[in-house]
Amino acid sequence: MIEVKNLTKTYGRARGVEHLTFSVEQGEILGFLGPNGAGKTTTMRIITGYLAATSGNVKVAGYDVFEDPMEARRRIGYLPENPPLYREMTVRGYLHFVCEIKGIPKARRAGHIARVVEACALGPVYGRLIQNISRGFKQRVGLAQALLGDPGVLVLDEPTVGLDPRQIIEIRELIRGLGGKHTIILSSHILPEVSMVCGRVVIINNGRLVAVDTPEGLARRLRGSRCLAVRVRGPRDEVVSQVGSLAGVRSVMLEKAEAGALANGSGGEVLLSLETELASDVREALFFRMAELGWPILEMRFVDLSLEDVFLRLTTEEKLEDASEVAASA
Amino acid sequence: MLKTWSIFKREVASYFLSPIAYVMGAVFLLLSGYFFSIILMATRSAGLQGTFGNMAVTFMFVAPALTMRLLAEEKKLGTDELLLTSPVSITSIVVGKYLASVLTYLVFLAATLVYVAVLRHYGNPDMGPIYSGYLGMSLLGASCLAAGTFASALTENQMVAGVVGFGILLLFWILGWVSAAVPGPVGHAISMLSILKHFDDFQKGIMDLSHIIFYLSFIFVFLFLAVRTIDSRRWSA
Repeated sequence: MIEVKNLTKTYGRARGVEHLTFSVEQGEILGFLGPNGAGKTTTMRIITGYLAATSGNVKVAGYDVFEDPMEARRRIGYLPENPPLYREMTVRGYLHFVCEIKGIPKARRAGHIARVVEACALGPVYGRLIQNISRGFKQRVGLAQALLGDPGVLVLDEPTVGLDPRQIIEIRELIRGLGGKHTIILSSHILPEVSMVCGRVVIINNGRLVAVDTPEGLARRLRGSRCLAVRVRGPRDEVVSQVGSLAGVRSVMLEKAEAGALANGSGGEVLLSLETELASDVREALFFRMAELGWPILEMRFVDLSLEDVFLRLTTEEKLEDASEVAASA
Repeated sequence: MLKTWSIFKREVASYFLSPIAYVMGAVFLLLSGYFFSIILMATRSAGLQGTFGNMAVTFMFVAPALTMRLLAEEKKLGTDELLLTSPVSITSIVVGKYLASVLTYLVFLAATLVYVAVLRHYGNPDMGPIYSGYLGMSLLGASCLAAGTFASALTENQMVAGVVGFGILLLFWILGWVSAAVPGPVGHAISMLSILKHFDDFQKGIMDLSHIIFYLSFIFVFLFLAVRTIDSRRWSA
């Protein structure tokens, strides 16, 4: 339903997003996860045609959003980060206006409006001026606007931001209910929200795709492995490769290395975090290997990884420059 | 076409639901009324010749204030994300909004028909120059609003849009003085771009097609630039 291919957007010299590729199936709810400034809004704006991409292409329901913008837009409902509301209009007037610019025939407008007012529970504020209604209602009017015309694709940019906890639950329920019928892309920087609502998650950071998986898959990555923190005194690169070669170790990440550890032969403290298989306990093997090589283990403990940690790990990896040199092996 | 109408309707409602139209209308009509009375008392002739000229200059000051909101505010409030991601062309958006400002102006102008009623009641004015004067006023006003609409497309700051719009109009006004300083065909050609120069004949009762074409071209060029400006924003930010 939505195909994003090799999408790049540069702002002057700064990069918005880089070589982003992913697709969303019919009826799927895709979560778009990343820290603020990761490029979520930029990507959504390109999908909806508000921004033009520097390179790459986006297809919505088979229509290229750059070459066939009108056909693509007819099939997209978009809720931007700030709901695009005219404050001096009533909710009624606003929804009628949106029907008009979306080209919904006059005879069917009343039906469409009645449906979204019902779905978003806008009854109590229907006749009121938008400037006088609460933040929660404004957000719901924004969502109602996106739903008008029954678009096959919904693009929702941080739909629950600024709402109180009860409103957040209501909006999530609403969005979950829309899945199946609509194909939805939803952005958030709150991980549990995405895992509750979405069938699949795209994690991006600094404009690059970090991971695509189901929330269960992400969770399995955690539950299927354990994280072991190890502090060893020894030469950095060799410690990493030796530890990585042990059976049951999936990947090794270098967290910190003392200056002394950089020179080969001599030793400094090296802090590693190991992703290990759940089934095998590598601690003993690790102990004997290190003892054999004469590198003392100073500390060794299991670390629990929450979903938040995975998110943080996936999105902060780039900042640990030392870590990028370390190859994963299993 | 239908969508231009929707944008137009919403914009007209927005003009008359906010104080803008009333304040601008009051200022414009107060000054116009002042010019009308003073000129009438001074000349004691049943005509609107001098009044039209002063109204035209007054409106050049009012127009940027009337249009500065049009596109700048949409950008500022983020409502442009709705319009630009809906199946509506940028031309429809710009033209619809522009026409709303023109209608607002024509409402102001219609209020000045009181002067004509006064003249006809107490005197016997020559109606020719009055008809042509109103046509000229409509075209000149519509041109000022087109330049203002373009200025509003440039920025999300209404103040900036207003000042830039006024700057553009001032430039096209003083171009008319160039012919005095620069002799020959060059000076003449430049002064032909002046928006007030083309208004003179309308005041005298002359409806020359070239003047009408000038104003229509002026409007077309600035609306075209406004559309291109909005379109180009997708590439930069």
